[in-house]
Amino acid sequence: MSTADASEVFAQALREDDAQALYDRAPCGYLSTDPSGLLVKVNQTFLTMTGYQRAQMIGRMRFADLLSVGGRIYHDTHYAPMLQMQGSAREIALDLLRPDGTRLPVLVTSLLEREPNGTPTVIRTAVFDASERRRYEQELLLATRRAEQSEAHMRHLAATLQAGLIPPVAPHIPGLDIATAYHPAGTDLNIGGDFYDVYPTGPGRWIVALGDVSGKGVEAAIVTALIRHTLRAVTIQDHDPAHALSVLNDVVFHDDTDRFCTLVLVLLTQHGESWTATVSLGGHAPPLLCRPDQRPTPIGRPGTLIGALPAATFHTIEIPIQTGDTLLLYTDGVTDARHDNTFYDEARLYELIYQHLRSRPNTAPTNTLVETILHGVLAFQHDNPSDDIALLSLTVSPKLNRHGFSAALI
Amino acid sequence: MDVLRRHNVTMTGPVDGQRMLFAHGFGCDQHMWRHVAPAFEDQFRVVVFDHVGAGHSDLSAYDPDRHSSLAGYAQDVLELCRELELQDVVFVGHSVSAMIGVLAARAEPTRFAKLVLVGPSPRYLDDDGYRGGFGPADIEELLDSLDSNYLGWSSAMAPVIMGNPDRPELGRELTDSFCRTDPTIARQFARVTFLSDNRADLSDVVIPTLVLQCRDDVIAPQCVGEYLHAAIAGSDFVLLDATGHCPNLSAPEQTTQAIAAFVRS
Repeated sequence: MSTADASEVFAQALREDDAQALYDRAPCGYLSTDPSGLLVKVNQTFLTMTGYQRAQMIGRMRFADLLSVGGRIYHDTHYAPMLQMQGSAREIALDLLRPDGTRLPVLVTSLLEREPNGTPTVIRTAVFDASERRRYEQELLLATRRAEQSEAHMRHLAATLQAGLIPPVAPHIPGLDIATAYHPAGTDLNIGGDFYDVYPTGPGRWIVALGDVSGKGVEAAIVTALIRHTLRAVTIQDHDPAHALSVLNDVVFHDDTDRFCTLVLVLLTQHGESWTATVSLGGHAPPLLCRPDQRPTPIGRPGTLIGALPAATFHTIEIPIQTGDTLLLYTDGVTDARHDNTFYDEARLYELIYQHLRSRPNTAPTNTLVETILHGVLAFQHDNPSDDIALLSLTVSPKLNRHGFSAALI
Repeated sequence: MDVLRRHNVTMTGPVDGQRMLFAHGFGCDQHMWRHVAPAFEDQFRVVVFDHVGAGHSDLSAYDPDRHSSLAGYAQDVLELCRELELQDVVFVGHSVSAMIGVLAARAEPTRFAKLVLVGPSPRYLDDDGYRGGFGPADIEELLDSLDSNYLGWSSAMAPVIMGNPDRPELGRELTDSFCRTDPTIARQFARVTFLSDNRADLSDVVIPTLVLQCRDDVIAPQCVGEYLHAAIAGSDFVLLDATGHCPNLSAPEQTTQAIAAFVRS
């Protein structure tokens, strides 16, 4: 016989492979059960895979008896209902228990056959050895778990760092109503660069600072910490905000960081029942003096960005703040808020403040003012802000607590 | 929160009929009642729903704290009853929902007329002098089974299942995956279900109760059904000639008959 003839004979033999051999020697386990799961027929491949004897199984065992206990629960609560409801259950991962006590991870696909009237007749199931695949999948699962844990850890770290950019408790100055709003943009993994601080520097003297460090993330948070601590150290002795900003500029400029910041620094001085605000700006939008029935007035002269240039110029403006006056500090997350190509801008902010104060002439409006602005700006951006937003308002209370600040300093 | 949407509530039958509330068990959703509930639409106002986290419920309503115990699920049921102003309710609970019904009826006994408990178990783990059928290792194994079988779950499924009332075609795509649940929720629900112990609550059941038991139910073995029957004073007990844990699917006619004999009397 020539080689060609031999090949033809072999091919013929394959083509004529009888149904029994196709069934018994199929490259997967194959079994049939009645609708209750009782085994009625299994192929040789299945017996070889598992080590069961045909006589042990047929008419004696249910498919679920082949499964581990956990697998049986899954079978009864998911697999069997799916099969009943949709006539098939595909690619289900199960462990088969072998007679010797070992387990065989398998992937199983079942079809439920029905009579024309809908009565279930037989369930046919193909069983594939999935030992290798299952090991790989378990590694994937472990990796997923580890990734989830480390993300949770990251979130916690980021939240802790973010919380460190503002005072841990709501700021309080006796005789003033202070309200703040702080809304970092983006995901909670992304630490924003806006910050504020409020602290006393002596009897009747308080510092209010609000700023925005360029960039985001851990590095920005570290620079923010540097700025906050430097400011505290400088302003405790130096009562000239412009000079304090000069010192701060030197510190940040000579630091290794290439980040810079914008800042508004306000020294509040109390004289009996009235207050003076001494305002200095470092590349930051001027705070707004807000009075009922008046348009907001920007306070301050522009000063240089902090930490960007070796020679910087800062100015101070001093204004009295009277009972009922509100001074509002904000970051550019408010005015630079965008919707399509439109900015929220100063005009919209001023109008909102004007309308807000006009509509509430007889109530203490400050607490609601920052909330109103925050909601307005967020709504303008469809609750998807592109930048951090920080707002701080202080209003001279109608009734001044004369002893408050000294008590707070103890 | 719209409770109707939260639980994907479906109501059929005469609007003035007695209220019959069907609660599905661990694993799938309200479709589990598809072959049983319609048989009661002639006389009863039939209400079916998905537990939060299952089927087409509002996944955003899932609260890991609230849903860390069956009491939280019972709260959901009571809220649903209040919202729909259900009174004189026949509660039919399958699997873990049997105990959810017991807890709801214990909290507001006057709201419920009858309880039908299908394949119930007050405790799945064995205990001193009590056989629930499972050891702690079995439950861990179930959780592994869930993990292995949710590999096919992709995050892309979540928004689809979260409910897109304006895009019903998305719902249809999912009709062949009604046992799919967010894997994190499935794990938690499995833990809540299989680690619960409500044996002490059974003696508080004061309304007529039917226990429906299957033969060869590995999840709620016959001895557990008999334990319940003994613990709930005056309860009826029917052993169905059905295997497995879901007679509502595997033997719907028998299940329907047994429930009908109890609730129509």
